[in-house]
Amino acid sequence: MTRSAKQFAREWFGGLGRGALLCRDIFSSLFKVKPVWRDVLYQMYFIGVKSQSVVTITGAFTGMVLCAQTYFQFHKVKMDTATLAVVSVGMGSELGPVLTSLMVAGRVGAAIAAEVGTMRVTEQIDALRTLGTLPVDYLVVPRFLAMLLVMPVLTAGSICVGIFAAFLVGVWLLGINPTYLWYNMIHYTNMNDMMTGMIKTFIFGAIIAVIACDKGLNCPQGAEGVGRATTEAVVYSSITILVSNFFLTLVLNRLLP
Amino acid sequence: MIIEVRDLKKNFGALPVLQGVTFSVEKGEALTIIGVSGGGKSVLLKHLVGLLKPDAGEVLIGGVNIAGLSERQLLPVRRQFGMLFQGAALFDSMTVEDNVAFILNRERRFPPAEIAKKVEEVLDVVGLNGIEKKWPGELSGGMRKRVGLARAIIYRPDILLYDEPTTGLDPIASDAIDHLIIRVVQQFKVTSIAVTHDMRSARRIGKRILMLHEGRIYADQTPEELFKSSDPVIYRFVNGIADSQEKINL
Repeated sequence: MTRSAKQFAREWFGGLGRGALLCRDIFSSLFKVKPVWRDVLYQMYFIGVKSQSVVTITGAFTGMVLCAQTYFQFHKVKMDTATLAVVSVGMGSELGPVLTSLMVAGRVGAAIAAEVGTMRVTEQIDALRTLGTLPVDYLVVPRFLAMLLVMPVLTAGSICVGIFAAFLVGVWLLGINPTYLWYNMIHYTNMNDMMTGMIKTFIFGAIIAVIACDKGLNCPQGAEGVGRATTEAVVYSSITILVSNFFLTLVLNRLLP
Repeated sequence: MIIEVRDLKKNFGALPVLQGVTFSVEKGEALTIIGVSGGGKSVLLKHLVGLLKPDAGEVLIGGVNIAGLSERQLLPVRRQFGMLFQGAALFDSMTVEDNVAFILNRERRFPPAEIAKKVEEVLDVVGLNGIEKKWPGELSGGMRKRVGLARAIIYRPDILLYDEPTTGLDPIASDAIDHLIIRVVQQFKVTSIAVTHDMRSARRIGKRILMLHEGRIYADQTPEELFKSSDPVIYRFVNGIADSQEKINL
């Protein structure tokens, strides 16, 4: 094994261990300390409301391009009216949760890691601890709860906008019959497809919060350290979302066929 | 004894920082810890409040060894301490008022009007009236340290820790901080431990001085004894004289 591979493996397993310990601390805090809902509400505003435009644009254009590509293939076999059904299932169970989570990881994960990391290098985290406040209670739990509450809402919004944008493209640009397009979408999309997406996004939200907070809390010293923690938070969150999505698809497909 | 440190050892990787530090502090004492930069003074201070875990040895606060306590178990122990950090460590996303009132706002034991009154009182003690609505970024280095001190004393801790209280300040501001520390110790009857390499400050704020050298307590004396010492290590440090090897390294 080369030195860099060893280093990567050590960092990966180290990060996994720290993430597990942070999860333990989060659940311990949830049972022992009453969350400050004002802080949770502020984080919900920061994560949810401020991410809305990014997530909406992503959802809309993903739905539109998926509709166009599906139509180009389905048109060859005269299945034009099934286009929106494919968009709906694809957006609901896969693209909606994954792309929303990737966008939130980029916007919010980076911000959390930078904010917490800066607090660490300027000794504000130590100051919190000397003031009888654990960083996990004050910084991590509100972000974790806000992420769990907001991600399904953002994803649902992204899916709806994606399907609606696809419908408009299908009808106005590609000339598909709107009645059959809508009917087939309703007919071939079942509740389990949407439930799969919602469960996934809930888990992805937890992944982003834990990785971003962990990177911030363990940020190396200096401006370079904060920069590295921010980059790693986005990269590791994104990779973990993509890898876990595959396994979640397999498991959830069995549980919610 | 309010604080007792026994054979404290701490390494960072392969670098030994503390190699068996032993000392104790009586209630109400004003202690200063001096030593070269990077010699482990701040590391020692952080062990007292449980911000760092020792590799070996014991740190007893009020007779309780805090070395093995979890972060949550340490909370009541830390409530006895107030700490002024080297860069003041003010929360930069909060106003001065919210910084100073942080612990009272978290505990919610007092109504907002009473908290505001207490904030005004402690800001008055540190000589900074009328800056409640300012942000930490708008304050000078000396003002930030005084706000940090106000935040540390608002909940009347038993022990105050100062990490390099005058570092980075001009001589006038340093003098003001020294006098403020002396006044706070007298007014609030607290045990005070300051870490510094500013010899003028060490002499003024400490009734007893510990010198940390090569990871151990090298001297434990009154300021008068220390400044008259003929020991070459103490003499060179107190008078700021580098030996030939140190000059070459620079």
